[in-house]
Amino acid sequence: MTKTLDRTEIGLLIALPLLILVAFILPKWIVNYVHVSMGTGLVALGVMIQMRAGLVSFGQGLYFCVGGYAAGMMAKFLGVTDFFVLLASGIVAALILSALLGFLLRRYREIFFAMLTLAVSMILFGLLSSTEELGSTDGFNLPTPSYLGWTPEGDTAQFMLYTLTCAIAIGCAIALNRFLKSPIGYVNEAIRENELRVEYLGTSAHQAVHITYVLAAIVSAVGGVLWALPLGHVDPEMTNWTTSGQFVFVSILSGTGNIAAPMIGTFILEIVRVYAVEISPNTWQMILGSVMLLTIIFLPKGLWSLLTRKTRTKKSAGANASVAGE
Amino acid sequence: MLTATAIAVDGLGFAAWLFLSSVGLTLIYGVMRILNIAHGGFYALGAYSSAWAIGIYTATGSTVALSFLLIPLAALIAGVIAGLVVERGVLRFMYGRDEVLMVLVTYAIFLILEDVTKLIWGTESYVAWQPAFYFGTVEIFDIPYTVYKFIIIGTAIAVGLALYLVLNKTRVGKLLLVVIEDREISGALGINVTRFFTVTFVVGAILGALGGAITAPEISVSPGIGAEIIVLSFAVIVIGGMGSIGGAMIGALIVGFARAASVHLYPPAELFSIYLVMAAVLAVKPYGLFALAESRKI
Repeated sequence: MTKTLDRTEIGLLIALPLLILVAFILPKWIVNYVHVSMGTGLVALGVMIQMRAGLVSFGQGLYFCVGGYAAGMMAKFLGVTDFFVLLASGIVAALILSALLGFLLRRYREIFFAMLTLAVSMILFGLLSSTEELGSTDGFNLPTPSYLGWTPEGDTAQFMLYTLTCAIAIGCAIALNRFLKSPIGYVNEAIRENELRVEYLGTSAHQAVHITYVLAAIVSAVGGVLWALPLGHVDPEMTNWTTSGQFVFVSILSGTGNIAAPMIGTFILEIVRVYAVEISPNTWQMILGSVMLLTIIFLPKGLWSLLTRKTRTKKSAGANASVAGE
Repeated sequence: MLTATAIAVDGLGFAAWLFLSSVGLTLIYGVMRILNIAHGGFYALGAYSSAWAIGIYTATGSTVALSFLLIPLAALIAGVIAGLVVERGVLRFMYGRDEVLMVLVTYAIFLILEDVTKLIWGTESYVAWQPAFYFGTVEIFDIPYTVYKFIIIGTAIAVGLALYLVLNKTRVGKLLLVVIEDREISGALGINVTRFFTVTFVVGAILGALGGAITAPEISVSPGIGAEIIVLSFAVIVIGGMGSIGGAMIGALIVGFARAASVHLYPPAELFSIYLVMAAVLAVKPYGLFALAESRKI
């Protein structure tokens, strides 16, 4: 870690104490939404880093679910309640599954990648829905986690879980920010532009995609564990394709410009959903769809590009010229 | 023997239903290179409008025989309206964009259509069983099957045959094959590609709606059926090779029999046997059985 922190990372590090602080100030229900959207935000982050390589995963819910279920099964069948063990089991499960599936999926791009990821997540959906030991479509409950032998109760337990969730989510975001700025991160952008040229330049696109896929899986599984623990429940809906679709929605809406964008986007979406569902329950998806269409048409780089537009207009004169010359 | 017959008949039934539900999807992809997630929405619209129309019609106490006309009629009306609105209203501004982007666009349209159906027909479920039992049942090796199941199988064969004849034996169909082969050259040769796109999309939408409409008497039509069918029809057209109508037929047969076999031999596997078959096919033939060859662009 010889590199100095960039602006995003400094911002994230400042955000961490602020997030913990708001737990004391804001009403509890908002804090709960912040808490839960940390988990789903991490999955959106997983979708977003794949989008950098031009890959749209319509089945990221798979690892969201694998994380949640792995932690849940550890608790259910082995009686483990330690937070760190549960988290680790989610990560290991996602690591193994994604490393294996990666060999199949890394051969595909574009719509085939989108549909295969979707199909794989639906296999798990089918499996879990018909497994009675795991509660079929109802899922099962998770215990309150303990921390290295210490089991807090009531408000302390909630605060402890919240603080750890914030710290881990921010940690993941910083790690992924580093990843996007690493050689493989840049290879991913090159793959999106033109994969054949990447191969001609002597880099394995398959390998880069595989690594990205595994990383995205791990982050999503972490998200799954962090999401399941505060709710205390997992069910197969986590891996249904409509859930995965929402992660894609968040990544489209917030854009691939910045690592913090999907996290903030998820939180805003959760809050808007609370009010929208209350005001008119049958038009929520319509709002989602319309917003998504408008974003694709008018803000192809997502809402985040609104923030960076000013700084880019100065630089873009040169960039546009090179695009035109393609 | 009993199980084998049951698997054969049920497999054919599933296959017919799957073919009707997914042929529009593969047609639209073949011609327009759009993987249309909104197809699930068309299916739901067709199912709802047919169940609703049949419900109103039978409530009047008239003869059930005529309600069979309502099924294609409902599909036609729902498909034409929805197809035209979606194509003229949104998609025509997006032609030539990235294929993945079109998936996202049609996903957004799918979400909107889901709520449109909820706003029109509410969230309760509709049952319109009358046509399904009108002709009674036939027994094959002591297992009763509704005659309606065989009507669906017949319809699927008729639709497949009609598409084949239109594409290969008529002038319009041959022009369409040219558009599929190369969009730019066919435009340069004076073919009105945009009009072909509009017509294909509307026909695809009607076929999707027909899939829903013809299934409606057999099921309880409720929210969420669109989301279910879309993943199934993806599996079907991916196995057959996207854009190939013959492929969709083969894919529907494979998926149909796989599902029927698991229903009768090992029921818990029903939901994922389909995707397992799909993964197996793709591991051998990465782009499906009858995929069109793609040129690599440098």
